[in-house]
Amino acid sequence: MENTKSMSMANNAMGLGLRVLNRFAGMPLVDRLGLRKPSEKVLYQATRTGFRTAAALNRGFVATRKLLKPARLSSAGEPELFDLAPTEEQQMLRDSVMSFALEQLRTAAPGADNACAAPAELLRQSAELGIALMGVPEEFGGVGTERSAVTNVLVAEALAQGDLGLAVACLAPSAVSTALVLWGDEQQQAKYLYAFAGDKAPAAALAVLEPRPLFDPFALQTRAHAAGGGYVLEGLKSLVPRAAEAELFIVAAELEGKGPALFIVESSTQGLAIEAEPAMGLRGASTGRLLLHNVRVPASALLGEARAEIYAECVDLARLGWCALSVGAAQAVLDYVIPYVNERVAFGEPISHRQAVAFNVANMAIELEGMRLLTWRAASLAERGRPFGRETALARRLCVDKGMTIGNDGVQLLGGHGFVKEHPVERWYRDLRAAAVMEGVVLV
Amino acid sequence: MINLETPKKFVPLVNQARQVAAEIFRPISRKYDRAEHAYPKELDMLGALLDGMNAAGGNGGGAGAAGVRRDAKADTGDANRNGTNLSTVLGVMELCWGDVGLLLTMPRQGLGNSAIASVANEEQLARFHGRWAAMAITEPGCGSDSAAIRTTATRDGDHYVLNGEKIFVTSGERAELVVVWATLDRTAGRAAIKSFVVEKGTPGFELMRLEHKLGIRASDTAQFALVNCRVPKENLLGDPKIDVEKGFGGVMQTFDNTRPLVAGMAVGVARACLDETRKQLERAGVKIDYARPAMVQHAAVAEFLRMEADYEAARLLTLEAAWMADNRKPNSLQASMAKAKAGRTCVDIALKCVELCGSVGYTENELLEKWARDAKILDIFEGTQQIQLLIVARRLLGKTSSELR
Repeated sequence: MENTKSMSMANNAMGLGLRVLNRFAGMPLVDRLGLRKPSEKVLYQATRTGFRTAAALNRGFVATRKLLKPARLSSAGEPELFDLAPTEEQQMLRDSVMSFALEQLRTAAPGADNACAAPAELLRQSAELGIALMGVPEEFGGVGTERSAVTNVLVAEALAQGDLGLAVACLAPSAVSTALVLWGDEQQQAKYLYAFAGDKAPAAALAVLEPRPLFDPFALQTRAHAAGGGYVLEGLKSLVPRAAEAELFIVAAELEGKGPALFIVESSTQGLAIEAEPAMGLRGASTGRLLLHNVRVPASALLGEARAEIYAECVDLARLGWCALSVGAAQAVLDYVIPYVNERVAFGEPISHRQAVAFNVANMAIELEGMRLLTWRAASLAERGRPFGRETALARRLCVDKGMTIGNDGVQLLGGHGFVKEHPVERWYRDLRAAAVMEGVVLV
Repeated sequence: MINLETPKKFVPLVNQARQVAAEIFRPISRKYDRAEHAYPKELDMLGALLDGMNAAGGNGGGAGAAGVRRDAKADTGDANRNGTNLSTVLGVMELCWGDVGLLLTMPRQGLGNSAIASVANEEQLARFHGRWAAMAITEPGCGSDSAAIRTTATRDGDHYVLNGEKIFVTSGERAELVVVWATLDRTAGRAAIKSFVVEKGTPGFELMRLEHKLGIRASDTAQFALVNCRVPKENLLGDPKIDVEKGFGGVMQTFDNTRPLVAGMAVGVARACLDETRKQLERAGVKIDYARPAMVQHAAVAEFLRMEADYEAARLLTLEAAWMADNRKPNSLQASMAKAKAGRTCVDIALKCVELCGSVGYTENELLEKWARDAKILDIFEGTQQIQLLIVARRLLGKTSSELR
């Protein structure tokens, strides 16, 4: 029965997608705005490895109302006391994101996993929650006042508790807007930030990872060199979320003579191509490869003057984002396993009466709490502008190791039932492996 | 507002404890590891200093003698509090970076003092003030199942008469008082178990022997026999009634406060091991880079990062449990989580650090081999790893002790 339910959910999700597509295709507005070409790309086959297409056409970002200096969110204050209680605002936000995650993301997850795509309606709803707006300063139409990496961590945790892949799909564009707020100059902000606070915020992605073993974000093979007053980029990026629909990328590349740096690349730039790259997990995020061949960008595309500390901060904030996502997914596993082992009877009593099972559950909870505390600590240092590199490295180590152990134990405790798609634990098992592999993509 | 840094107001205390650890404990650490059962005289002066600090309203960070009483009067509403549970555990972490055995034998800072501070009435609190108290729970026939203790207490006029045998009493020889667990009625189960303060020198209370141990040799571990030992009825801590409803609550609630402290000890030892190993690795030309992926660095770095992450998890879980106690939130679950994580992490780290440092780690030239021996007790006393997991699992799964045994 569970099986038919999840299948019909998949059908519904697909059906919904087609209905939306059908309605959308008939609208005259589509032609007027010149959106026809990118929107046809909904038919892009995200499930077929290597399916290649040009990158999406973008809206033509135009600089408007430039500020005299870039707008930054102010640093959080320096608290006096040790405290593990979120503020009232954080708690409210967390509650509303959590109910969205558990009701909407969890329900849509099996279908999105099958289709390698997040339902458009779901992404629209997530935009309505206003998560992205919090990170955009008021000057650009957002609602953000204070920089809060902790709030972003709490949001990512809550979303991933619904579904990790869809959480990535929802959060990916904010990584780009957050990067612009943190490191963009007044010109870059004026050109791009308004769009992120608007009604139809663009899909966008922060691309750091490259496809090779022992990947090190500080030893990039994607290259950039100065030429003709701008830069030329050449290389390959892996597991870029919503790559085919993204209108804007921030791409990490080794800048000749400088070191690793971040470049703003609009999707309609010549030389960009997208290749479907479906993976073990994160399928709801429609992951793809971004191919850059002789991609010319203007001088103004360089973010943060290629300063080494900015790139390092970007890498760390992304790693923290993955920590938060893995905490959320691991919490989902624990919450699912507890009622299961209490209800599942073997040898005449619930299997939770056996220490072998019960201790496993205890260890999941202990390690999960550690993951959460380490992530929170690093985030709270980050938002106050204090050094947080060591804390991030430790949080990442713990979340990668223990998160995967929790994912593995989740399947194990359900036995054969954990291995089949009637239960979500096999998807969480696939998704949780991502935390070890990923760099970039999300920023807190 | 979420903040996991050491609160500013405790920074001086932490610094003080760190100095005591480095300047007093470390220099005599090896001496009393070798001279097992010799009393570390150097601690008398320090004990007096700590008494002064405690009296001045601070907390020196002993084994929690003063730090665990939940005073309802101190309640000031919803505001976030950082109190003595947190300050004590921070102090303990620092002191055990110095030497855990020496901390355990700090005068007037015993676990018995903790029990008195936690469950004694005001009169008892005043009467036993300033005296060193050890704790006697374990018996030859019962360890983790403390509900099964066989030492009996029989009311006789104004006295209780105690009969039985107690082992593994930390500071049993050096303390002036021993808090003894005994049952008023063996058929009544947990509810009949009470704790009694027994003065040293009471007739019928006899020290049988001192243990020779794997580690924490600076701390004496005693065995006692109680033969028709008469203690005044006023020495029963807490309520003399056998309340089946409340059950074990009275005596067990001490653990919610002391387990984070033992977790803190484990955190301190773990950090000592990590600090020394980092130094040794640097001497060997291996430097830890937190930004680059572990797997593109030296294998020892990857191992170190894994250990340091576990250490940090143990540390923060411990602070969480103490913070909850300060804020009067029920913390049995978190206290056991902290103890489980810290206990096993400490042993894992200590043994791995010995391995990484080779013969430098294994020989008595350095302290790593000692810490690896000391570490093991921290995953055993105040509730073994397995008992902690049982407590955590029962809470999470909603199981009673008869369902999940």
